[in-house]
Amino acid sequence: MVLAESGFSSPRNDAFPAGLRVLVVDDDPTWLKILEKMLKKCSYEVTTCCLAREALNLLRERKDGYDIVISDVNMPDMDGFKLLEHVGLEMDLPVIMMSVDGETSRVMKGVQHGACDYLLKPIRMKELRNIWQHVFRKKIHEVRDIESLEGFESIQMTRSGYDLFDDGHFLSGDDTTSGRKRKDADNKHDDRELSDPSSTKKARVVWTVDLHQKFVKAVNQIGFDKVGPKKILDLMNVPWLTRENIASHLQKYRLYLSRLQKESDIKNSFIGMKHSDLPSKDSTASFGPHKAMNMIPDDVPNGTYSFSASNSLAQNVDLKGQGDLKGITSAPVAEPKGALSIDIHDSHEAKSTQMSFDHSLGSVDSAVSFASFNSTTPLQYPWTEIPEIQFKQECEPLHLENGFSQLPLPGPSMIENEANRSRIEVKPLLEESRSNFVEHLGPVGAEDLFPIQSKSQSLNNQVFDLISATKSSMKTQDVGLNYLADSEFALRNLNASGVGVPLATLSEDLQICWLQGDCYPMNYGLQDLECSTYDNPALMAETPFHLYDVLRFDHEHLFDPTEYYAIDQGLFA
Amino acid sequence: MDLVQLQRQFVDYKTSLYHEGFLDEQFTQLQELQDENNPDFVVEVVSLFFEDSERLLNELARALEQQNIDYKRIDAHVHQLKGSSSSIGAQRVQKVCIAFRNYCEERNVEGCLKCLQQVRHEYSLVKTKLESLFQLEQQILTAGGSFPM
Repeated sequence: MVLAESGFSSPRNDAFPAGLRVLVVDDDPTWLKILEKMLKKCSYEVTTCCLAREALNLLRERKDGYDIVISDVNMPDMDGFKLLEHVGLEMDLPVIMMSVDGETSRVMKGVQHGACDYLLKPIRMKELRNIWQHVFRKKIHEVRDIESLEGFESIQMTRSGYDLFDDGHFLSGDDTTSGRKRKDADNKHDDRELSDPSSTKKARVVWTVDLHQKFVKAVNQIGFDKVGPKKILDLMNVPWLTRENIASHLQKYRLYLSRLQKESDIKNSFIGMKHSDLPSKDSTASFGPHKAMNMIPDDVPNGTYSFSASNSLAQNVDLKGQGDLKGITSAPVAEPKGALSIDIHDSHEAKSTQMSFDHSLGSVDSAVSFASFNSTTPLQYPWTEIPEIQFKQECEPLHLENGFSQLPLPGPSMIENEANRSRIEVKPLLEESRSNFVEHLGPVGAEDLFPIQSKSQSLNNQVFDLISATKSSMKTQDVGLNYLADSEFALRNLNASGVGVPLATLSEDLQICWLQGDCYPMNYGLQDLECSTYDNPALMAETPFHLYDVLRFDHEHLFDPTEYYAIDQGLFA
Repeated sequence: MDLVQLQRQFVDYKTSLYHEGFLDEQFTQLQELQDENNPDFVVEVVSLFFEDSERLLNELARALEQQNIDYKRIDAHVHQLKGSSSSIGAQRVQKVCIAFRNYCEERNVEGCLKCLQQVRHEYSLVKTKLESLFQLEQQILTAGGSFPM
């Protein structure tokens, strides 16, 4: 097991877990003293501080100076969750949260933010004795990340990777590692960079705000669908950064996006949508599925990430309150999202049933990157009327604001897109958080569908089936896919019958960057799904199977066959 | 009083504190943490607790005197107090804190004031008792005894 490398000071290794370097952050002086004593009794090396900012300074000064951080949730200068995200993003250290408050929602929040454990005060010695497991686990995951990324990249490089997804069990979540290996085996495009995985255990890189921003910019520049560590590395032009560093960070970035999915608590059942004439709307939005929707983070205010981003995103994605969602799930998002720098709300009741405390903190990374969303107005969507008319939703229509391009609603003349395209296109219509959410999911769905797509009308059925099945089978953590499905549905509805406008036109029009310059790269592709679910096998396990099953066996029709529209095959050329 | 008597008195007293809910398992943990490296560990921790609690109680009193009561702030303080009291096992204080927080949520000023009074009372009780306990301890040490007994 590769443990000894990357930043561990050597004496530690021999006696691991003795000498584990723990940073304890707690504003309560009594607890700080007690924890210090307890940890010392575990033979750990303890550093204490009572302020979150102080902790961050310590961590930044001594990159690689600590193995694990234990922090209280309630602190005067900074929310413990914020600290958690900072640490996860910048230092990629396991973080344990503590609190005297054991309310499930709080605990869940901790998990969502990437805490690898949540301890309740009073804390017992035995609980502290075991914290080294989190460090160990993370190390193992890092090694796996790098090894598997080799395979990912090669797959990523092949855009026409339909054949890669032939294997229905491709996305088996039981063993993501083996799944990846299978992919590698399946990969017929052997242009992988053959660096020795075992030797690529990177030195720990501290992903500062600046560095991460460079990273995201590069990703956006490249286009998320084409992104790969090598390209990012070249673009970033940071000499000391290695491809492995980037690969690992990219993985975390994706994991973050997937974590956003799980935060959603969408329960909409996909009941099929009524198609009626869609009002035409001018739109500059393009339906080009391959256009990466890049979320380019604005300069983070104060040079720090706004942690609440993840929270607000999580909240935003909560469509629960939307009542019957029968169409565009994005439509009901009328909740004001506000700036993403708002405080974390506790009202969000994400039910990520499968989140485990072992989830790597990678997901936290992306949470931070979302901080740049500064839109203070809820995104609304161009087809605001559509949901009401067509889908009989009770939700408030969404309207794109702030210069975001409107989705084209060519009405009946629109050609229905294939599922893949639909999803991607619909994404921009979602609120920031939703869009991120959906974006992330979009490619997933798209990719999933690709292999099964037959370029025929039956695709509609498939997609719809997929959507319905997906919806019914998905749990909260699959919300993203639901989203996707919904979006797709919505889009299909938009694409009224008729040949009319060639999709190509639409694709050029649809601007992916509907946020104020903050777009999130879309087109994660299947590999993204894999990445995102790397640490969430549960998610992986469920979703893909459902999708495939649906496509293959389940042909419920969600809407009248008469409402199917021609698919423009050309879109997917 | 001879050593044996002192020791017995100490044990009885400590046991009663547990029985009456003034202290709980956490206090035992603290004692177990004490060792030759930190011979005064428990006393130090408890002193920290006293300091911090008094500060919090003052803050609470001040906050409840305001015209426009900031319940969030009060809740934060009570939460802190709850956390502190849990650190040394001051169970009764902790329990009042729970009720206190409920009143905060309800924005019930009467309830809050009542709880403040209660928590102050419980705090001074546990403080007195711990101080007595430490005194006994000191007497035993002076008389040549040692801990654990």
